[in-house]
Amino acid sequence: MHRHHWLVRVTHWLTVILIAGMIASGLQIYEAYSHFGMRGAPPYPNLFDGRTLPEWARLGGWLAGGLMWHFTLMWPLIIVGGTYLTYLGVSGEWRKLIFKPSDVRPAIDMAKYYARLTREHPAQGKHNALQKQAYTGIILLGTLSVLTGLAVWKPIQLHWLTMVFGGYQVARYWHFWAVWLFVGFTVVHVFMVLVVEPATLRAMITGEYRGKYGREDTA
Amino acid sequence: MSTQRSSSRRAFLQTGVFGAAAAALAACGWDGGSKLQPTFGTAAHFNDWLSGKLFSSSKHAPQFSPTQRSASFPNYYISSAPPELAEPAAWRLEVKGLVRTPLSLTIDEITAMGRVTYTWEHHCVEGWSAIATWTGLPLRAIADKAGVLPAAKFVRFDSFDEGYYNGWDMASAMHPETLLAFGFNDKPITSDHGAPLRLYAPHKLGYKLTKYLTTVTFTDKQPGGYWEDQGYPWFGGV
Repeated sequence: MHRHHWLVRVTHWLTVILIAGMIASGLQIYEAYSHFGMRGAPPYPNLFDGRTLPEWARLGGWLAGGLMWHFTLMWPLIIVGGTYLTYLGVSGEWRKLIFKPSDVRPAIDMAKYYARLTREHPAQGKHNALQKQAYTGIILLGTLSVLTGLAVWKPIQLHWLTMVFGGYQVARYWHFWAVWLFVGFTVVHVFMVLVVEPATLRAMITGEYRGKYGREDTA
Repeated sequence: MSTQRSSSRRAFLQTGVFGAAAAALAACGWDGGSKLQPTFGTAAHFNDWLSGKLFSSSKHAPQFSPTQRSASFPNYYISSAPPELAEPAAWRLEVKGLVRTPLSLTIDEITAMGRVTYTWEHHCVEGWSAIATWTGLPLRAIADKAGVLPAAKFVRFDSFDEGYYNGWDMASAMHPETLLAFGFNDKPITSDHGAPLRLYAPHKLGYKLTKYLTTVTFTDKQPGGYWEDQGYPWFGGV
């Protein structure tokens, strides 16, 4: 069965490359001042406070290089993300993907199944309720990353936006936190694809799904 | 038909993914190497243009109370020690280029022209920020006195710190909060913070704020800058 439109597949893989580049160049920028909070004030809680991330995880070599990569890749990432969201809205696919209040109960059922409290795999549409939760979360995280990024880039000209996040240093802090949420999502996402349902990997490459879960005709 | 379509799509996807990976590998140099440098240049150009559009001449930076000042405020210069003048009395600020009347001003003449004091948050390109109080004369007052010609589109600031310099867009330079600063935290500025005179503005990153000023040149050609020439964003506005 045909599962993913080519726009979804292309934007998915481009996003993988672009976010990897944004994270790596961002970690290079972080190396220049690896603390959060105003000078002279106690730093915010941060496992990576004062630490340099390994060279393989950084892109750009030094601050100017990291900035160049970051400030270049941000545009294709915004365009690709915007294209995907536009497709989601125009095609009506969002109905199968966005988590709604009515998904709360199915999400609990799904969690019970994964926790092996129930043996039957609950009935689902294209995505199960936990997937909807994860994919809705990742869209919000992407949006948060762009907005906190703008707040850090222009804290005076876009001061109102910076204040929405609690000020310049707090916006930097959230922007950094987004990295670990992206990494956490990716670890779980890749695990689920490879271990639970490898057929979805083929579907994201060729578009054709030959697995056992979900029906296209149900939301 | 359908198989053909999907195989050409597959080829398209493969080309795209491998092409991007190959470009990334070819670009191992920090500046993107010869392959990506033009792309970086275009993006940097676009970002400078957009930063100029986002910049507002009438927007004021939020002010803080002197009690909120940061306990520490880093200092920095290119020279190995804080640059000091051999003959402080001989120092002059030269104002030249596309002006009706070139000026050569002593520090007393500058401080006598007026002063404003603000407490602002300072943003460094590295990511740190700190609050401090700055006292100075708006650069605009000097520009008015010299009579800047309409052909001037940029301002170049030179220093006696090992050739450190910066180039600014005219709109940012003429903002009322762009100061020729001679006071730092209620005291005359010291040699580690750019004495006798430095540029200060809350709407630019720290590396744009030339210390140890010697010359202000109004020009129609875009000047580079010490760090800008090495790859930092040229506009550097926040």
